[in-house]
Amino acid sequence: MDALSIYARAKERFGDKILEIVEKKPDPWMVVDPKAIVEVCGWLKDDPEISMDCLSNQSGVDYKDRIEVVYHLFSYRHRHGAVLKVRLPRENAMVATVENLWKSANWLEREIYDLVGVTFEGHSDMRRILMPEDWPGHPLRKDFVEPLEYHGISTVRESPIIRLDTKKK
Amino acid sequence: MPLLNTLPDYVLTTKTDEVINWMRKSSIWYMLFGLACCGIELMHTGGPRADLDRFGAVPRASARQSDLMIVAGTLTLKMALPTRLLYDQMPDPRYVISMGSCASCGGLFQLAYSVCDGVDKILPVDVYVPGCPPRPEALTEGLLKLQQKIMTERWLSKEPGRNGKAAA
Repeated sequence: MDALSIYARAKERFGDKILEIVEKKPDPWMVVDPKAIVEVCGWLKDDPEISMDCLSNQSGVDYKDRIEVVYHLFSYRHRHGAVLKVRLPRENAMVATVENLWKSANWLEREIYDLVGVTFEGHSDMRRILMPEDWPGHPLRKDFVEPLEYHGISTVRESPIIRLDTKKK
Repeated sequence: MPLLNTLPDYVLTTKTDEVINWMRKSSIWYMLFGLACCGIELMHTGGPRADLDRFGAVPRASARQSDLMIVAGTLTLKMALPTRLLYDQMPDPRYVISMGSCASCGGLFQLAYSVCDGVDKILPVDVYVPGCPPRPEALTEGLLKLQQKIMTERWLSKEPGRNGKAAA
């Protein structure tokens, strides 16, 4: 089954909870209501004709006016895939976890929390995964400002000969 | 010189500082400490072709048994604090080789938010080995440079500045 017919089925079943279907190639996607993401994902996983048994990737994107979380699903049984997106506000971005459906979401969601700053409700272990625990802010946000020092270690290289650019001073 | 002629052939004379330094430079045990791709070259350097063993340098798994820390690879800010802790655990006299561009100045990742721009921000570095990553020959050269440096140290004389680290 190709992705568009999966989205058509989802639209038929969930109606208003599917906000938008975008037919861009090579990977068309559908935008899902953040409140219904677990419901839609659970149906995609359990429906025997769709059977998305693998969450191949989950990522977060900062679009300056909103945050998007992108789910790349794949079915090993039927060899087809689908892309889901949820749009979240930049302030207090929060969405329900899909960890109970796919175990791989555990670390992926921790990474999104760490770098983009989306909190996943119901996650079993919502900690940073890459950056130190006491790191200020979320570095892949567009408005992130790099701190000048970390635990007394300056993050600026003093000698102008060694610097690769002159902007960061 | 007249002393030499009075001694039998099997007796050698030397200065205490020199014999201490000679023993010290001939058994530099370095810590097994690879942070990134330079760690692979570090393993090659310890392997049979470059063979760091012939200079008396063997890898040790514990900081408390090591004389030399070879910082091999990109030092992230998260790793900087444990690196400082490991250095503090090493007994004196201790030496640091900064291996590769990343450890020396941040290298390719200098502008990244998570990278410490050079290990010299947290530790005193004795020898910098440039390269990305340096070949085993380059690291061997770095070790030989460090041995030269060790031979110039003066541990018995208390003159400040002459014996480098021992005065500090």
